[in-house]
Amino acid sequence: MRPGVVSEEPVRPVTTTQRSLQLARRVLGTPTVGPFIALVLAMAFFTVKSDNFLQGQNLSLVLQQVMVVGVLAIGQTFVILTAGIDLSCATVMAFGQIVMTKLAVVNGVNPLVAIGLGILACVAFGLLNGGLVTSLKLPAFIVTLGTLNIAFALTHVYSNDETYSELPSQLLFFGRTFTIRGTEVTYGVVLMFVLFGIAWYALTQTAWGRHVYTVGDNLEAARLMGIKVSRVLLSVYVLAGLTYGIAALLLVGRTELGDPNAGQTTENLDAITAVVLGGTSLFGGRGSVIGTLIGAIVVGVFRNGLTLIGVEVVWQYFVTGVLVILAVSVDQLTHRSRA
Amino acid sequence: MSSPAPILEARGLYKRYGQVVALDGADFELYPGEIVAIIGDNGAGKSTLIKALSGALQPDDGEIRLDGQHVRFRTPADARRAGIETVYQDLAVAPSLDIASNIFLGREARYGGPLGLGLRLLDKRRMRREASTHLAELRIGIQSISVPVESLSGGQRQGVAVARAAKWARRLAIMDEPTAALGVNETRQVLDQILRVRERGLPVIIISHDMPHVFELADRILIMRLGKRVAVVTPQSHTMSEAVAIMTGATQAELEQAMTKDEPEA
Repeated sequence: MRPGVVSEEPVRPVTTTQRSLQLARRVLGTPTVGPFIALVLAMAFFTVKSDNFLQGQNLSLVLQQVMVVGVLAIGQTFVILTAGIDLSCATVMAFGQIVMTKLAVVNGVNPLVAIGLGILACVAFGLLNGGLVTSLKLPAFIVTLGTLNIAFALTHVYSNDETYSELPSQLLFFGRTFTIRGTEVTYGVVLMFVLFGIAWYALTQTAWGRHVYTVGDNLEAARLMGIKVSRVLLSVYVLAGLTYGIAALLLVGRTELGDPNAGQTTENLDAITAVVLGGTSLFGGRGSVIGTLIGAIVVGVFRNGLTLIGVEVVWQYFVTGVLVILAVSVDQLTHRSRA
Repeated sequence: MSSPAPILEARGLYKRYGQVVALDGADFELYPGEIVAIIGDNGAGKSTLIKALSGALQPDDGEIRLDGQHVRFRTPADARRAGIETVYQDLAVAPSLDIASNIFLGREARYGGPLGLGLRLLDKRRMRREASTHLAELRIGIQSISVPVESLSGGQRQGVAVARAAKWARRLAIMDEPTAALGVNETRQVLDQILRVRERGLPVIIISHDMPHVFELADRILIMRLGKRVAVVTPQSHTMSEAVAIMTGATQAELEQAMTKDEPEA
């Protein structure tokens, strides 16, 4: 027999410095505060540097540039909350985009049906990712690295490396704009905000959302409390596929093309960057989709602002790289202080 | 024994892992309103026994009866559906969720009507209200029901786990070394909570290494050795050192006597 486990916890007097440190940590630990401060600072910086930045027309352009990455990042948030990651998101979107444009342009399929099939193709990839993660218990990183390449190859095979233009108007709807008080608003941006609203509701106001957080937070506890972990994970990847399909439609609306080379440079990293900048932890179980929205806008503000002040495109990659490493470092540090 | 029929009863449980026989015909009874402690050296089979009773594993042989009915738990969910809740030593909580969410984890309350059925809207207010009433009944002191569990001390977290088990257990609660990870004061709090759970009429099975705690809490103490129940003693019938002697096999002669003295007729 071993003696009872005795670990006396010393009683420390709490000093004011400690208290303000605790307060600072709590404020910074609130998921959306950090990203929001980053957004305000970035906007202030570019407002000072460029007269054109804080114009209604330019901000509307920023949102238009953000809408594709924003919607991708919704699905990515679901996956990262479960402590997974989806590297295939933008290439799956590219595949969906090629499916819907080729069917509509080359095969003469009813545009709405073509859109539906394109989205379905992305959902199928979500099902494949989720199925491999849950049934074979493979790490999401490896599974989605595999499906990234599969989607990439299928995109080029299916399109024969052709680009599809002169798309039917239904495919272009979400790139269209309407005007509120002289400012143009893109329908796709409205859809993005609606989708963020739905995702927020699902994550915070339903049992499913609680279970998504729990699976990422403490997998064993989720299992012991009778949560059907595999079903939750599968639903997360399938819903992520659905958001990539919708992102594909938004991409088509914006570029007015079916382009086999789309989604292969910036979107993949930008979507992950948006989630991480938005304060969602790569360790899972913590974060919010509202943070992701702010994170996506921060990424968009940087890309737009750097262009406005005449910074070369390659340096935008550099800045995004620095941003994502910074955000992950903050996540790592707060995670360590919690453990 | 004055109590009429056991709530939970196991006969001849047998479980082997390869060459290792973890349970070698173990018996078990739990009577209404009592706390039974299971003690035994490492490898004596107490964890295996508790896992069989809570559905975490299936014995190769033997039978389990709940209220006299033969039951077979294939998963912990089966046991839970039958009214058996378990508290684990490693704190099965979701640290980032608040206390109410943790108490309702996997059993969230939704609004009735179209809000709940159609929109799956959680009734957070009801969950918070029920959770705080419940914590107050068990006198688990917590400042706010809506703080994340990670901001609580280890003792408070385990209090949340105990409260969760007590809330949902209709037949009995199993506590698997609930204080193993806790400090002195926190252990005291959790022990008091367990006593309060019994006061509310819920029988409890507890595994613990800590003899003073076992002797303070338990109505009966089941001693396991080499995969078998070798004795059932009470804090009145035996001293701690006698119990330890039985547990380690130092006192062989006493076993027969202990068995006949305390084992009720099946």
